[in-house]
Amino acid sequence: MKKVTIDPITRLEGHGKIEIFLNDEGDVEDAYLQIPELRGFEKFCEGRPVEEMPRITTRICGVCPGAHHMASVKATDAVYHVDPPSVAKKLRELFYCAHMIHSHIAHFYALAAPDFVLGPTSDPAQRNILGVIAKVGLEVGGEVIKHRAYAQDIQATIGGKATHPVCGLPGGMSKALTEEERRDFEEKAKSLVEFGKFSLKLFDDLVLANKEYVNLIVGDIYTMKSYYMGLVDAQNKVNFYDGEIRVVDPDGKEIARFKPDDYLEYIAEHTEPWSYLKFPFLKKVGWKGLAEGKESGVYRVNSLARLNVADGMATPLAQEAYERMYQTLGGKPVHATLAFHWARLVELLYAAERLLELCQDDEITDPNVRIIPTATPDEGVGVVEAPRGTLFHHYQTDEKGLITKANMIVATAHNSAAMNMSIKKAAQGLIHKGKVVTEGLLNMVEMAFRAYDPCMACATHTLPGQMPLELVIYDSNGEVVERLTHHTHSEPLGIKVASVS
Amino acid sequence: MAKLKLALYWAASCGGCDVAVLDINEKILDVAEMADIVLWPVALDFKYHHIEAMEDKSIDVCLFNGAVRNSEQEKIARLLRAKSKTMVVFGSCACFGGIPALGNFTDRAEIFERAYVEAPSNDNPGRTFPETVTQVDGGELELPEFYDTVLTLAQVVDVEYFMPGCPPPVDLILKVVDALATGQLPPVGSVIASDKALCDECDRKKEDKKITKIWRPHEIIPDPERCLLEQGIICCGPATRGGCGLRCIKANMPCRGCFGPPPGVLDQGAKLVSAIASIYQTNSEEEIARMVEEIVDPAGTFYRFGLADSMLKRKRL
Repeated sequence: MKKVTIDPITRLEGHGKIEIFLNDEGDVEDAYLQIPELRGFEKFCEGRPVEEMPRITTRICGVCPGAHHMASVKATDAVYHVDPPSVAKKLRELFYCAHMIHSHIAHFYALAAPDFVLGPTSDPAQRNILGVIAKVGLEVGGEVIKHRAYAQDIQATIGGKATHPVCGLPGGMSKALTEEERRDFEEKAKSLVEFGKFSLKLFDDLVLANKEYVNLIVGDIYTMKSYYMGLVDAQNKVNFYDGEIRVVDPDGKEIARFKPDDYLEYIAEHTEPWSYLKFPFLKKVGWKGLAEGKESGVYRVNSLARLNVADGMATPLAQEAYERMYQTLGGKPVHATLAFHWARLVELLYAAERLLELCQDDEITDPNVRIIPTATPDEGVGVVEAPRGTLFHHYQTDEKGLITKANMIVATAHNSAAMNMSIKKAAQGLIHKGKVVTEGLLNMVEMAFRAYDPCMACATHTLPGQMPLELVIYDSNGEVVERLTHHTHSEPLGIKVASVS
Repeated sequence: MAKLKLALYWAASCGGCDVAVLDINEKILDVAEMADIVLWPVALDFKYHHIEAMEDKSIDVCLFNGAVRNSEQEKIARLLRAKSKTMVVFGSCACFGGIPALGNFTDRAEIFERAYVEAPSNDNPGRTFPETVTQVDGGELELPEFYDTVLTLAQVVDVEYFMPGCPPPVDLILKVVDALATGQLPPVGSVIASDKALCDECDRKKEDKKITKIWRPHEIIPDPERCLLEQGIICCGPATRGGCGLRCIKANMPCRGCFGPPPGVLDQGAKLVSAIASIYQTNSEEEIARMVEEIVDPAGTFYRFGLADSMLKRKRL
């Protein structure tokens, strides 16, 4: 068969290629989303001190390091059986709202918007953030840049750096918030709420007012019926930082609700030889291949899934936006993949409102942001909603708190099967006998994965190891004084200070 | 003046270096003014075939981030080297191996076994692993070969400049943007950072460097004004190049060495071992043995970002 290749896929985080097989008639027989990257965090984290994991696992992803930092630090709390002070949890959540804001702004405006502002089949040289700014104007462009910068600044102030923050430790945070910082954040948060409203209005004017785009959204080629998973609080509202994991079926009915510790009862991962990325599925439904519907264990996470799973948003303006989205799209659950973009903007508004609430919390500048763990470390699971979906960090340690085993199931990975199915469906719908396969058509196939705001670095993470080290100490004559070897990570590296004559 | 042609690429990376470029905020518009970006997969839709079609040396500057750990990354590193006048090694992974280089404490077989079979969420009784070639109905699907060893960019191609950092800070990125705009490039081989060790740039109170106990960061609440190393918390400042703005120190957390070794130091990890050992207070064998035990994971701490670039390079295969 003829093979059409898109390599690399673009306007996402990470590496990937799409292979489309055309039969003799010129129809799409099959399509594959292959992920060529892997680094191996789950292996090379073995032997690392658990309190270093929040600083090591951020390097799984530089777009959502905040998510890994939070899931990881929650796992370290669990490993040490320590409950951080209330102010520490609020400060983490404040940081985390800013993180969600940065990520959602970056995705919508830089990665997604070009398809809608310039058009799906427009000139690739213009179809990017620079083209968007040229089209919408410097004023609007400036507002986008300014508000993502606010979100990065808030994270950098609390975490040292926005990309690869360092503030999380088992037992709390490394630094408290000052009143001066709080006041600055409060002003930025108010502006971010306005920006959240503005972004939804932009989506209205740009996308929902355009009949062609609406047809794309509700049309068949970008629709998929699946299960959905997300974190909810005690009132079943969307929560990014904490809660229980809820799963609903393609009709919107709850079929599972579990605590982080129980994730292995619900989720398993399938492997195919043609991708480095695995395929998580619901254990109780089973792996039935890349198939839609109730009989297949394929499920989706990320913005639309979170809204499908929850009963609403915990803040008023976001709740209004949530109701409007479902009203427009005909009720819950919504299966239209392009609606992930809309749901992402509803979440942007929620994150801004929640950020403002936390900035105004009485406790937030309390200086006692950390307690020292005393229990013997052993095992723990930490879960947050990363911008891209539910994120699990599971650590086992020895009694010194060094990692013996680590397992991470990372956000985008949950969407692995669904993304494959989405690009295949789009390819089959767009490419038919007789139709010339243009760059624009191929971009529309890419739009099928782009709505998931994927992060392939996250999805493929994993790695482990033993290190033999020999240390040789020479005296000033070049004679060997001591030769020390270290073969396993359970033996200390001995350094002897020999007297020198 | 004709616009510069600029390429940005990511190998075994996390995307953080690309976000760092976006963090120059509105100055990205100045970059767009003076340069045509011909490759930047996170943000622009140019594909590999666009680069393959370009003349050799037609790209003025390539900012290459990420370590090299599979055949696709090596191939694109070589392709971009051929097409580019100047290669800038961007970020700690490309410079030293970075966090992915911790993978050099293991190998492909162990990584694959853990990732695809052993991890508790795996459902893979048939032991299926990713293959470089898979037959499917219709034809073949290819994947790059995953190497045993993580390489730095300079271990694969010749390079001109180094920008360390995980990620490089915005002020240093802007230095490079300025240099491109004015055409005033530093000498080839330059590291775009400070020439001093981080300790020299740290403004915490330093008194007497003598320690009798090592504390892990979560075991104590340190004095926020005093040198962390003097309080017994391992900090890699003595053997790490400065220029980062002390971002981690300001958050009350110790340096973990992401800017790589200072000038003149061949092996950052060995230098750190020497630096830490030299401030131990006591010569009693028992005390030394106790303090050595207190340094948990010395290999992963002293070689956190630089294993690929070190004299150790990797565990023996």
